Amino acid sequence: MEKEAIISFENFGFQYTAQAEPTLYDINLKIHKGEKILIAGPSGCGKSTLAHCINGLVPNSYPGKTTGSLTVNGKNALELGLFGLSKTVGTVLQDSDSQFIGLTVAEDIAFALENDCIPTGEMHKQVEQIAELVDVKRVLKHAPHEISGGQKQRVGLGGVMVGEVDVLLFDEPLANLDPATGKQAIVLIDEIQKRTGCAVIIIEHRLEDVLYRPVDRVVVMGDGRIVYDGDPDRLLCEDLLQQRGIREPLYVTALKYAGVRLRPDMRPSYLPELKLSTEHRKQVLDWFVGQPAQEAAPEREALLRAENIDFTYEGGHHALRGIHAIVHKGEMLSIVGTNGAGKSTFSKVICGFEKPQSGILELNGVDLSTLSIKERADHIGYVMQNPNQMISKTQIYDEVALGLRNRGVSEEEIRPRVERTLKICGLYPFRNWPVSALSYGQKKRVTIASILVLEPEMILLDEPTAGQDLKHYTEIMDFLSELNRQGVTVVLITHDMHLMLEYTPRAIVFNAGQVIADRSAAEVLNSPEIVAAAHLKETSLYHLAGFCGIDDKEEFTRRFIARDREVRRYDESV
Amino acid sequence: MTNLFNYIDRPSPIHRLTGACKLVCLVAWSVAAMTSFYTPLLCIMTVAAVVLFRVAQLKVKDISFMLGVMLVYILMNNILIYLFSPNHGTSLYGSQTVLLRIAGPYVVTAEQLFYHFNVILKNACTIPIVLLFVCTTNPSEFAASLNRIGVSYRISYAVALALRYIPDIQREYRDISLAQQARGTEMSKKASLVNRLKAASAILIPLILSSMERIETISNAMELRGFGKGKKRTWYSGRKFTRADILCMLVCLALVLVSLTLTYLNGGRYYNPFG
Repeated sequence: MEKEAIISFENFGFQYTAQAEPTLYDINLKIHKGEKILIAGPSGCGKSTLAHCINGLVPNSYPGKTTGSLTVNGKNALELGLFGLSKTVGTVLQDSDSQFIGLTVAEDIAFALENDCIPTGEMHKQVEQIAELVDVKRVLKHAPHEISGGQKQRVGLGGVMVGEVDVLLFDEPLANLDPATGKQAIVLIDEIQKRTGCAVIIIEHRLEDVLYRPVDRVVVMGDGRIVYDGDPDRLLCEDLLQQRGIREPLYVTALKYAGVRLRPDMRPSYLPELKLSTEHRKQVLDWFVGQPAQEAAPEREALLRAENIDFTYEGGHHALRGIHAIVHKGEMLSIVGTNGAGKSTFSKVICGFEKPQSGILELNGVDLSTLSIKERADHIGYVMQNPNQMISKTQIYDEVALGLRNRGVSEEEIRPRVERTLKICGLYPFRNWPVSALSYGQKKRVTIASILVLEPEMILLDEPTAGQDLKHYTEIMDFLSELNRQGVTVVLITHDMHLMLEYTPRAIVFNAGQVIADRSAAEVLNSPEIVAAAHLKETSLYHLAGFCGIDDKEEFTRRFIARDREVRRYDESV
Repeated sequence: MTNLFNYIDRPSPIHRLTGACKLVCLVAWSVAAMTSFYTPLLCIMTVAAVVLFRVAQLKVKDISFMLGVMLVYILMNNILIYLFSPNHGTSLYGSQTVLLRIAGPYVVTAEQLFYHFNVILKNACTIPIVLLFVCTTNPSEFAASLNRIGVSYRISYAVALALRYIPDIQREYRDISLAQQARGTEMSKKASLVNRLKAASAILIPLILSSMERIETISNAMELRGFGKGKKRTWYSGRKFTRADILCMLVCLALVLVSLTLTYLNGGRYYNPFG
């Protein structure tokens, strides 16, 4: 017997008031009680709009025209409205920091209860129970900035669970978490679902990370339509994901490269239960042996040299303890570590935003300590994570020209330099556009252009690909590699292990204010101690290599990455 | 300095009063101090304020920064009063006892000094109570208190949210300002006024844009959890009035009555030792 549907879309369509074309077409989708489904798709495919229809933000906060019908719990969603829907659907938003409403953890969890006029005494009891369930009881009285990212997400989950909802909706739950915390979040969602029997909907483009725990169904969206709705195992046997710009689990891609024909009964969606025959393993091994060996990166001379850097914030927080690090000329390097490990503080020290109490910082053998923030910026460019925090002009041209104008360069000299930079960044066609007309990724490019125009020897980027889907991620990273090939040294602060493996030969790992590793990215991810300390996650390629009897797992990863880049570059050029 | 409400958690009877009670008392106390120039009453209130400050187990070093700001304010206030109307005391009290002549209209009279003494007293009896309120009221409880005394819960919550976000915005301001400095925006006193205004806009625009993003997210998050659906809401950190709360409020309201009665009996706001 089929289970009762709690959410049901029938021939549903939606068009935003401000847009010429509909965002959703012909949506037919049923979500049943207690089911766990993943909705995947690239940016702009309509998956967030779909989520907003389920929780009522569409059309309440984002007005537009709907066609067809959406029924939630047997009632018409439009009639239920935002508040009516919130009784059934609890939404955990992407950014667990800015959705934290209360001044303390307890108040944040209680927020929905307060709005329901639950008496204070009763409320305290319920908050205790929920805090126990999501394991934040020890931090009930803490303010948001006193708890970790993972804890914030637990609080966010607790805050919607107090409403005793039937559906939990997660909008990109992994976007702001480090890999290890993301893994824990997926486990937590799984446990909560088992314990409460809620239906769970996860909107996410990072498929492999969500599949760390099994899901019942995957829905893939593309261009406003549902292009796949069904079993995750069958999905992974097809080529749909690549066509739609969603990254497959790496082990699946590797198996396909090795020529293994995947079948749903091999259970490819859940690595621990993946069944590979002896024949399959041999295929993988043969593929590995047949791939060209990857050479180690050449030796280069030092550009930036940090020696014994010590830094303590005014409040007494000892953020950097005896940091030794070298950035080589022309290299592309990752700095990784958990939030609060010291990587952001280190970048602030490099840019001169903070003055270290002791230690030496040299660029090309010249002591940086006497240079001002502005003077350092002539050599080292810093790109913030959120482009909206950097852009201060309304026109693209003016934004890119700002740094040169501030340095008193003449307008005749500025024009060619700005235009050249805009060309490098692929922004030349937009040079006369207002900044507000650009997408997030394009704004990011504008901020990079506004730094590049000063011709620094090195640029330092904070989480350049946070929140980007595979297509935009590839665009930004290929652009940075191209800059790197032209001689700019690129340093990336990141949580993204794939980025680190794929684009940066070397990684420096921070933990608790110290550098705990400085070696190749593949080596870092192959060391269980470093992976654990820095809140990283081993890639599934290691498991696959182990499974197929390949001892040199690092080399297996390197060869896979090299092959993968080749294939993807070929795909793009077609 | 990271929080406007410099809440200091100490075990004292004043901390145990509810926020709503303290707010009512603060308002009543200020009204009493503002309406009256009756010097003996102001003296008593000043002494009482200092005593209450001790009862709350607060120390001068806890509030040295705020105290400093307020002392500067009192000083400026008095200097300005004297500069603009050096004979205000004379016109108030109807006599002129000259102690010292400076130049032109600037004379030092006993009446003027007495008037200044009263102004200082009014400040001196209010400031410790304001600081007391700020340091002993848990910010979480503050919104609940506003709502309790009749302010709409939407406005009360807006105040609570502002408190929640002040530290975040301060941090963001600093980050944006540093990134702009790196691009060569001159922020120091070396730049001319026009350039400094330009520099300020270079920070304000990104700050406003990113705050707008924040507001959109937070208002969505609040609505999704049912904020604004009812006419009323309850508060996690709200507390019921105790007998002590009611007693305190009665005392403070009585104070307002005393102050008004004295003004009436005195036939004016000013206590006049010169007549």
